[in-house]
Amino acid sequence: MAFVSRGFRGRRAADVDPARVPPGQYVTADFPVLSAGPTPHTSLELWDFSIIGELEEPRRWTWEEFRALPSEEITRDIHCVTKWSKLDTVWQGVSVDTLLAGIETSAEYVTQYSDGGYTTNLPLEDITAGKAWVVFAYEGEPLAPEHGGPARMLVPHHYFWKSAKWVRGLRLQSTDEPGFRETNGYHNHGDPWQEQRYSGD
Amino acid sequence: MAGTALLGRLTWQLAELVEVVVETPVVKTLVFDVPGWPGHRAGQHVDVRLTAEDSYQAERSYSIASAPDSTRVALTIQRLEDGEVSPYLTDELRPGDKIELRGPIGGYFVWEPSEGGPLMLVAGGSGIVPLMAMIRTRAAAGNDTETRLLYSARSEDDLIYRDELEALSGNGLTVAYTLTDLQPPGWTSYARRVDAEMLAEVAPRPAEQPRFFTCGPTPFVEAVAEALVRLGHEPRAIKTERFGPTGG
Amino acid sequence: MDELMLDGNAVAGLLQEVFAVEMTTAVGTCASCGAAGPIGAVHVYRGAGIVLRCPHCDNVLAKIVKSDSRVWIDSTGILTLEVSV
Repeated sequence: MAFVSRGFRGRRAADVDPARVPPGQYVTADFPVLSAGPTPHTSLELWDFSIIGELEEPRRWTWEEFRALPSEEITRDIHCVTKWSKLDTVWQGVSVDTLLAGIETSAEYVTQYSDGGYTTNLPLEDITAGKAWVVFAYEGEPLAPEHGGPARMLVPHHYFWKSAKWVRGLRLQSTDEPGFRETNGYHNHGDPWQEQRYSGD
Repeated sequence: MAGTALLGRLTWQLAELVEVVVETPVVKTLVFDVPGWPGHRAGQHVDVRLTAEDSYQAERSYSIASAPDSTRVALTIQRLEDGEVSPYLTDELRPGDKIELRGPIGGYFVWEPSEGGPLMLVAGGSGIVPLMAMIRTRAAAGNDTETRLLYSARSEDDLIYRDELEALSGNGLTVAYTLTDLQPPGWTSYARRVDAEMLAEVAPRPAEQPRFFTCGPTPFVEAVAEALVRLGHEPRAIKTERFGPTGG
Repeated sequence: MDELMLDGNAVAGLLQEVFAVEMTTAVGTCASCGAAGPIGAVHVYRGAGIVLRCPHCDNVLAKIVKSDSRVWIDSTGILTLEVSV
């Protein structure tokens, strides 16, 4: 192992229930901001959210229409592949089940796509049945741009790179299409409890 | 510069802290002895890695503050209130303690006396560190390249290396300060954020083809670089080192 | 302007670790807009992995991901790279 620095602990939370911490993770009270590019700043007048791809009729909501949908408060732990975990994060958002309600599709996969070009892929069943939301508020405040605002995905049971910031839509697909990170080193599935960080893990 | 290109993979090595210099209430210079240190060029940095007992690791880059001097490497570190690494380095390390570092790193944000000038250095806060290495290297070489430093800090208490800059002024080096938040009584120099007007007064004219190095928090560097381009300076002559949102 | 953005020299150590030569003075050309410049001047974003972007058109020049034992590099955004050796 590398040389141990006497007395170094870093800024990590103590007194954490180990059962809540996936392997290789450290709990933080901070909310590190990580990005792949410049922060987009899309005005709410121009913002929309769409469901496209393999469905009969694409769906689209303006910001007003999106905010008129039933939303809920969600409290979950989140886990970043860069090893920090944050427990009991509180969000406000619309369940993906609400957005997909009534849609008939043979698609088995979904790609989240965002302003700025970021994409990330998942099996469709991983964002349905109460597992994913499009969130617009964090800790009671509108989601800040550097944290993905106006709206981002929240898919807490995968590493957080699979919750796209600045999300603008979901594309339903019959084939799995590795996204921005999955095409270069990151695990296609990304389950933190199986420590699926990198390709081949 | 082909002859000075570093070949071979960087490896982590243990460095021993030999001396601590208190620069300000929140800034210390840590002088390390690094066995086998190959020397370095002004503007280069080192990566520092700290490992906790449970294998948790944190890594940060720090600009080298000193001119090359055998196996001695000085890092000037600002203690960030919410920092993870800087409070450990400034509060916990004692002479005799060791840390892992690797370097020297970098080839882009580097100045050697043989490259000439006129040289214009624009520092924001802790961005003074790599620029001080350039000034010290210039002095150690007895070089008299026309060099101007514009150093922006919040207050007089935040200025680092003040006495040394005073002593080195002359022989082609001029230093100008701007204190953005708090000025002492009788302060006659600049008292606002660096802007195009200030740079136009302090910097050489574009026709003199100066070389610029600017370092500090990202917003500071961005503002300086933009202003210099608007003043007609060649973008390729402006080298930047952004420290991120908090400046280190 | 993005507060989180760094210059290429912020990842000089990682690049040297990967390529075994100092890379920030290497000159690359953007596959999207054709602009040429030193790697030390590109825009760097740190997320899960490192993303290098063209300072002129923001095109992704390269993505670099490093685990303990492997490095993945996608450099399809760099058309040519010239390195001093």
